[in-house]
Amino acid sequence: MKSGDLVSCEYGGKTHKGIFITSRDGMAVIKLSSGYNIGVHPASCTFIEPSVPTPPRTREVNKTAGLPDLSIISTGGTIASRIDYRTGSVSSQFDASDILTAIPELAQIANYRTLPLAAILSENMTPAIWQELARAIYTEIKNGAKGIMVTHGTDTMAYSAAAISFMLDTPVPIIFVGSQRSADRPSSDNAMNAVCAAAAATSDLGEVAVVMHATTNDDTCAVHRGTRVRKMHTSRRDAFQSVGLPAIGSVAYPSRTVTLTPDAVRRGTHKPALHDTLEPHCALLQFYPGMSPDILRAYDGYRGLVLSGTGLGHVSTLLIPAIEKLVESGTVAVMTSQCMHGRVCDRVYDTGRDLLNAGVIEGGDMLPEVALVKLMWVLGNEKDTTRAAAMMQTDLKGELNRRSAHGL
Amino acid sequence: MDYKTLGLVAGIEIHQQLDTKEKLFCYCPTKLREVEEHSGEFFRYLRATESEMGEIDRAAKEEMKRDRKFLYYTYDTTCLVENDEEPPAPLNNEALSVCLTIGKMFGMTPIPQVHVMRKLVIDGSNTSGFQRTALVAVRGALPNGGEIETICLEEEAAQRVKDDHFSLDRLGIPLIEITTSPCMHTPEEVQKMAEYIGMVLRSTGKVKRGIGTIRQDVNISIASGARVEIKGVQELDLIAEVVKREVQRQQTLLAIRDELRTRNASVSHATSQDVTGLFRDTKSTVLKKAKRISAITLKGFAGLVGRELQPGRRLGSEMSDYAKKCGVGGIFHTDELPAYGVTAEEVTMLRCHMHAEEQDCVILVSGSNEKQASCALNQVILRAGMALSDNPVPEETRKMLEEGSSAYMRPLPGAARMYPETDVLPVVIGDERWKAVVVPELLTHKAGRYAKDYAIDLNYALQLAASDKLPLFERAVGEKIKPKLAAFTLLSTATELRREGVEVRAVSDESYLAIWHAVEDGRAAKEAIPDLLRSIAGGNPVEAALAELAPVISRAELENVVRAIIASRSDFVREKGRAALGPLMGLVMEEVRGSVDGKLVSEILRKEIDAAVTGKNG
Repeated sequence: MKSGDLVSCEYGGKTHKGIFITSRDGMAVIKLSSGYNIGVHPASCTFIEPSVPTPPRTREVNKTAGLPDLSIISTGGTIASRIDYRTGSVSSQFDASDILTAIPELAQIANYRTLPLAAILSENMTPAIWQELARAIYTEIKNGAKGIMVTHGTDTMAYSAAAISFMLDTPVPIIFVGSQRSADRPSSDNAMNAVCAAAAATSDLGEVAVVMHATTNDDTCAVHRGTRVRKMHTSRRDAFQSVGLPAIGSVAYPSRTVTLTPDAVRRGTHKPALHDTLEPHCALLQFYPGMSPDILRAYDGYRGLVLSGTGLGHVSTLLIPAIEKLVESGTVAVMTSQCMHGRVCDRVYDTGRDLLNAGVIEGGDMLPEVALVKLMWVLGNEKDTTRAAAMMQTDLKGELNRRSAHGL
Repeated sequence: MDYKTLGLVAGIEIHQQLDTKEKLFCYCPTKLREVEEHSGEFFRYLRATESEMGEIDRAAKEEMKRDRKFLYYTYDTTCLVENDEEPPAPLNNEALSVCLTIGKMFGMTPIPQVHVMRKLVIDGSNTSGFQRTALVAVRGALPNGGEIETICLEEEAAQRVKDDHFSLDRLGIPLIEITTSPCMHTPEEVQKMAEYIGMVLRSTGKVKRGIGTIRQDVNISIASGARVEIKGVQELDLIAEVVKREVQRQQTLLAIRDELRTRNASVSHATSQDVTGLFRDTKSTVLKKAKRISAITLKGFAGLVGRELQPGRRLGSEMSDYAKKCGVGGIFHTDELPAYGVTAEEVTMLRCHMHAEEQDCVILVSGSNEKQASCALNQVILRAGMALSDNPVPEETRKMLEEGSSAYMRPLPGAARMYPETDVLPVVIGDERWKAVVVPELLTHKAGRYAKDYAIDLNYALQLAASDKLPLFERAVGEKIKPKLAAFTLLSTATELRREGVEVRAVSDESYLAIWHAVEDGRAAKEAIPDLLRSIAGGNPVEAALAELAPVISRAELENVVRAIIASRSDFVREKGRAALGPLMGLVMEEVRGSVDGKLVSEILRKEIDAAVTGKNG
């Protein structure tokens, strides 16, 4: 039996017709005409006739004169999906016509070009795909796109947004968007996020941002700087939060009014430029009490290591010799804090001063994962360790606040 | 009425909340709350997801006619799962066990591997936009020879507070859905089967009790009619009436269709016209406020729009229900005018303006703008068209109104509206688990046993078996309380007090037991029970109530009281002799405030009266 085949099953002293969906844990999963799936013993099912494939839909997308051109690049995050109620299967939709069918409001905002770059779960993202993404975006900008939307799984969306921030100078908004609740549910945040993202992508913004729900209500999306944003909740719609800097803007829903703060970089401020080299041999290590110095040996030969230390930027004194050894062997070590909020300062306590003496660089108020991505980019573009260290302490794309103007 | 000739076919769907500790897909308690207790709120939009053919489910589409924003109330007893902000927990095993028990009671076959589905519901009652549901068992038997087709385990929807405001306390409470085949043929049979199923459910002792915890949906059709589902019948006593009235409605709709056809009625030329100007100086409060009044003429409909389909409902009410989907308050039609402040002159003007002839009916609608008014009138034309079509009874989901009539809610949902809940793993029901399911004693059987064992009247025993105080009764009997005492207190005394307006529900099981033990031990008289319950219901602790209302009076003290009373009425006692006992009884009981058993009082009184009469008073 193949998925979609019409079958008949015997159970409860009756014959039931249904559609064979799949085998699961030794049972045949059948979809009954009532819509319910049930798992029954495969022996109780007999094949009746093969599935009838549903013809693919083709739908013309008409361009609306006067609307800006946006490019939607998909990496695997779902902003639109379709349910096949016959089999119950859910499929992601990347095609512009499918996206517009699912979210008709998008057609009032722009004309779209869609580009499927990858179809991966975001935890499987790699620096190599960041590079491909940066090149694809650069090409779209060069070809006249007035804004870019990148659909992305939410797990590592912030990493990708940071990576694109460093690799690209952009005159137009580059908006990362996704959904926390699956696109196949009527309550999904996908549509509102996509509509707000499109609004942001046609706005006066001129940098890389993440646009997602600002609250659990369907009222506002926040525009977060790509280098200052974190996923702070596993499942809530408002999981994405700006850290160390308020969100740089907001998009009201359903009015789609975009408001940018004075901090936000404006459209046209920068000329397009692509610096797509990355040094992937970098790592991020979170310190915990009792951590063995042995662990640091695993990083032998790494070009860069970001430490996520405690408090103001500390690790156990027992680790310092091993760190010193790494630095002497040419690894650039950057200290950040697992506090997430606030700035590291390794000049207050002895441990900090010892770390500085061992050659560790203070990472300011950079988020640990942003510091990692930045380190990959810096080391990809600057071979000299001293100059690389200086770059790590220089704000490049809004990732490093010189002043701690904002509290929690 | 000969329902057989009419071809009445009915089936029922019973939804019963289960009394589990936690909700079906999260670990919140299954506790209902007062709306005022809500701790927060949030709002969402819901949108229909696309089905395979790029079509939206027709019931879902109906809801989409309006841009709807839903507001939800949260409580300290709800969590992110109800908020649709967290994936569901595994299927509640306790709830599944209750379903299996019920399945076994009906002789059903369990599904080997249970799969949870998402059923599309976008009326706002589910934050996710779907209701989680699983088919658990199939094919059981009913006493009338009919079949229980399926048992499903579902999550309860959120409670509508008003309009599009919902309360999340109810969302996720386990709900068993029992669907019968269309196997019933008279209104009474439908009611009887619903009662029987309800009794079986309560026999498990694991279902919630009280208003709103059980809801019946009735599917009804007659020959040449159509299947109509009437939702939300909460009172069992009304089921037969609901069926009768639906049959009446379908019959009348068929008759109206025939008459419309003989009149050559038509809706094809009905076009909406702006008549706002006609009502510039109207006295009608509704029309006066209206930003836009539009009208259409229904050719040949005069008199029929106003014809009653069932008590309180006319064809016009059906049209009005359809129009309301566009957000208007309702419609006016010339069959009911002049009325509501609309004058005869205005009606004449309107009919003239609309070129309406004698056999035509004009429909008026007031909207906030042209779009809304024409949306509403299009709905009226749609419904009017159905009235003269080959199928004049539209397939609908309707909601029950008070008394048993019904109003249109939405079209019957199409079949294409379910897909798997991928966040919940399937559950295997193995042979061992199924064999281990213990079937509880039916309440009817239990009542028979009580009647026999405890010498309680059978009707009384049935009431007791059906009562939500049954567990307390069983506990009391287990603690050697006289069954009659417990039964009388629970069924008669408590009911009388409730009718008086006493909050007897506030009396805990422990308080009842304490009272009964006091009576059994001679520390309180039976006669004091109503006062004790009143006092406890009023907030007194049980010990305080007992101390106050049933002070321990020794036999010696009682004798003193009796002697004092006899002494103060010595002439009366001498004159009447033993016949004085009755009147004096009341005085003594008043004095001791019911805290002594009447039997003991009468025994002492008799002795003391005899003594007083014979002058042998020691």
